Amino acid sequence: MTLDPKIPSGPLQEKWDRRKQELKLVAPANKRKYRVIVVGTGLAGASAAATLGELGYTVDAFCFQDSPRRGHSIAAQGGINAAKNYPNDGDSIWRLFQDTIKGGDFRSREANVYRLAQVSANIIDQAVAQGVPFARDYAGYLDNRSFGGAQVSRTFYARGQTGQQLLLGAYGSLMRQVRLGSVLLHPRTEMLDLVVVDGHARGITVRDLVTGKVASFAGDAVCLATGGYTNVFYLSTNAIGSNVTAAFRAFKKGAFFANPCFTQIHPTCIPVTGDHQSKLTLMSESLRNDGRVWVPKDRDDKREPGSIPESDRDYYLERKYPAYGNLAPRDIASRAAKEVCDEGRGVGPGRRGVYLDFRNAIERLGESTIRERYGNLFEMYERITDENAYRRPMRIYPAPHYSMGGLWVDYNLMSTVPGLFALGEANFSDHGANRLGASALMQGLADGYFIIPYTLADYLARVAPGAVRADHQEFRQSREAAAAYTEKLLQVKGKRTASDFHRELGRLMWENVGMARSKESLTSALKRIPELRAEFWENVKVPGTGEQLNQQLEKAGRVADFLEFSELMTRDALLREESCGGHFRIEHQTPDHEAKRDDANFAHIAAWEYQGEGKEPALHKEPLTFENVELAVRNYK
Amino acid sequence: MNLTLYVWRQAGPKEKGRLVQYEARDISPDMSFLEMLDVVNEDLIRRGEEPIAFDSDCREGICGACGQAVNGTPHGPRKLTTTCQLHMRNYQDGDTIYIEPFRALAFPVVKDLVIDRGSLDRIIQSGGYISVHTGGVADGNAILIPKSDADTAMDAAECIGCGACVAACPNGSAMLFTAAKVTHLASLPQGKIEAGRRVCMMTEEMLRQGFGNCGNHYECESACPKGIRVRFIAKLNREFLKTRST
Amino acid sequence: MSLPASTVARKLLMAATGQLMIIFIILHVLGNSTIFYRTLNAYAAGLHALPLLLWIFRSVMLAAIMLHVFYGIQVTIENREAKPRTYAVQEYAASTFSSRNMIWTGTAIGSFLIYHLLHFTFQTIDPSTAAVTHPDAAGRPDVFAMVFAAFRRIGILLVYAAGLLAVWLHLSHGIQSSFQTWGLNGEKSFPYIKKGSRLAALILLLAYAAIPAAIVMGLLK
Repeated sequence: MTLDPKIPSGPLQEKWDRRKQELKLVAPANKRKYRVIVVGTGLAGASAAATLGELGYTVDAFCFQDSPRRGHSIAAQGGINAAKNYPNDGDSIWRLFQDTIKGGDFRSREANVYRLAQVSANIIDQAVAQGVPFARDYAGYLDNRSFGGAQVSRTFYARGQTGQQLLLGAYGSLMRQVRLGSVLLHPRTEMLDLVVVDGHARGITVRDLVTGKVASFAGDAVCLATGGYTNVFYLSTNAIGSNVTAAFRAFKKGAFFANPCFTQIHPTCIPVTGDHQSKLTLMSESLRNDGRVWVPKDRDDKREPGSIPESDRDYYLERKYPAYGNLAPRDIASRAAKEVCDEGRGVGPGRRGVYLDFRNAIERLGESTIRERYGNLFEMYERITDENAYRRPMRIYPAPHYSMGGLWVDYNLMSTVPGLFALGEANFSDHGANRLGASALMQGLADGYFIIPYTLADYLARVAPGAVRADHQEFRQSREAAAAYTEKLLQVKGKRTASDFHRELGRLMWENVGMARSKESLTSALKRIPELRAEFWENVKVPGTGEQLNQQLEKAGRVADFLEFSELMTRDALLREESCGGHFRIEHQTPDHEAKRDDANFAHIAAWEYQGEGKEPALHKEPLTFENVELAVRNYK
Repeated sequence: MNLTLYVWRQAGPKEKGRLVQYEARDISPDMSFLEMLDVVNEDLIRRGEEPIAFDSDCREGICGACGQAVNGTPHGPRKLTTTCQLHMRNYQDGDTIYIEPFRALAFPVVKDLVIDRGSLDRIIQSGGYISVHTGGVADGNAILIPKSDADTAMDAAECIGCGACVAACPNGSAMLFTAAKVTHLASLPQGKIEAGRRVCMMTEEMLRQGFGNCGNHYECESACPKGIRVRFIAKLNREFLKTRST
Repeated sequence: MSLPASTVARKLLMAATGQLMIIFIILHVLGNSTIFYRTLNAYAAGLHALPLLLWIFRSVMLAAIMLHVFYGIQVTIENREAKPRTYAVQEYAASTFSSRNMIWTGTAIGSFLIYHLLHFTFQTIDPSTAAVTHPDAAGRPDVFAMVFAAFRRIGILLVYAAGLLAVWLHLSHGIQSSFQTWGLNGEKSFPYIKKGSRLAALILLLAYAAIPAAIVMGLLK
């Protein structure tokens, strides 16, 4: 099978317009006859469900949370990029496109990224119209800031809660459609299977998390907006419930999974305190604007940070990357922190941490200015660590944060299963091997508000509405399989909890498939994962029954999928014999320890096809061509 | 540290619940309250007992999923802090802690500490939005918004929909929740157009969902982990008066 | 006209009728203070010389009371239903004894009001001192003598003490609450409004208590 990304012809700037002209439409009177299933109600899912409902389609929206307002997009702090060029500082669609391609280390499609930059401006307008209270200046204009090392100020923000505000905007639109009857909401419902009939996605099988009932929903198309998979590391900045289950089960039904090894590690998180740790908390990257990162020069330096003189401190980011210093991109800053900790120079309990010091900034600007800029972050830090960061440097450490990989989709966001679309973090499309700060919100909303409404119509216009109903035998089989799978989990009756397995898998992945990967570490993970998975199926203990609210059962199901997915991810990392973006293979680095890309052999998207249980997945390559930007080596020195 | 917990256990919405005593052993002060419950649960599972069901998701104080009343106070004793961000260093060895679900008619217990807050979604459905279609909107800077108005809107928009206000209210009222959304939208020119209708629809829906009336007790403000102020309720009342007088 | 069902409208009506009664309470204590100038009987006679005004006033007050009582009961029933269960350990952070017991202080005030009307308006509690049947030297009903006699009886004193206590508790929540309900407060003014309201309730309590206190202490003869 050849992967056809269906990129429109013509110059880059005209591709999306051309595609919109080519796409078929569904007549207004026919729209309500089409039933669209949207799984996930974060930014991508909520915006898609609301917009599709508004257009007249009949939409079923599913989320595992108790309310659609709780998708993990809500936790995004920093902001959302848009090529508005309001500050007149030289931004443009082209520049945002270029920055995103370059930031992604040339592992994303030009056409997709250009379209993302094009629609970015509309997102801001839409959000303002919805009442998203973006920061404004005293004249009443929208305020912008520079974010994540960007050289222009293109980031719009709503205090430190941009994701929350954008999500609540989309949620409001979704609630309006629920009221109007075009969207039917299914909270506390988890997707367990994709139902494919005659090669087309025709619905999903779900478990009602309150009653435990397994049911099927038929539709004319299925949109997965189910987020990322960084919880494969157990500890990440994702929500406790974030999981790969929906995407992975779609993978098992024929959807290719692209670039699973591309995960982003965020450099500024609060370090782990002990085995009890259930998640990692991210501190906004903006802290690096004023904080200086350092560790003691001497690994045996046991002094309090305040009494370590300048001469005994190693401001390693400033030393290694004089041009960007503390604002070096996420992957570089993260890896540098790991390196100094590997050298034994880490600080804090477990010595997995580096200092982020505001002493100079406080001396220069005064404590009140720092308080004004970061007060809420300092408070959050104190709440969690019981330390006052005005007096003592913060301790930070990298943590898994975002997955650039995801279900393979073509330019129309359709997966390799006709009728199955993937949106937001769940797809792989726009961020290549590394995502720029403030671009996740942009992509989720671009997909949901401005892309899927067009491309989905084109697919629907080609199929007859309601062709398959949930009493079709494929649905029956899907339900039986899902129920059997649940029962299987319950029947193991072993000794270890699902969390216990998850913790072990996470540690394994973090050590071997984390920030720095080697052939050796990946091979050993590939050996260990199946063993752990086998042990899971022999020894997991899931209490209770399937006919009730059973959070341990939910957890076990998700961990079971992570135990399979992790293998796919590791395999992808092993085969990608190059370093790029968030994927760092220690065999492939320049003499000064920078990522070394191999464009001759790896300028492609690795898309994996499921081959059946116990079989190795098949690799398909979609070559990446760059006609508009020059393949360059990222240089932040 | 070691703690004695009294946790509300209830098998299902229609079952009778009761407080059950548990011992939480070797709790680290660095744990969050929910991590402490995780530890208790792991222990329960190993002993073959059913773990305590409770909601949580982001565990960084923004999703609003967690909601337990700790010693009768929603989200526990620390101001402006959700349960997931409450750390055990706020407790001492030997403490006794009562953990119950948020109590209100409109928040039926699903299981143990898990409640159904769909009623809050339904209040939003009745009008907690600006009726705008996707696309075809003006440029973001077409309508200028005074910074103070944008700031007020943001102050009110910080609500995370956890329901602590309802849980703390002696009347089980969702007035603070409703007022936060009304104030957020009514403070912005885009939201002013529907402001009157919104107030009426949302407050009517609030009663329909089984919430009580606001009695100006201000318990809500004190319990709110996001610092939503009762002056927004005053603002809601003013918006209501405006609609009645026009 | 149908009665409003909206929670805000009812709350506004509660506040409006409450504020009307507060105005009455202030006027009433001012009128009563004529006792200290020995002009109580003249004041009472003066009021009765304007029967139309008196009855309009009484009708308005009666309507206000009925609305206030009706909504108070209705809202309380709804609120109890909305909160069927409290916590095993119940802690309050912001509400007060008075805010949580408005229905009970209200009931006490209602009962006291009936007693008070029977006592001084219809004068059936103690016919032996009824002012209507006992004119003063100027031929006016001797209200002063009636009041003076009443407050020398411990039972009546206790009833009035309880009544005043209830009014004080009710108002210390009610006054500031009515400001909040009408939206007549801002972030900065609100703490002052709360304190001011409690102070006003206390002043009213003291002003009313001054009359029986003066009589008991022998300052008024």
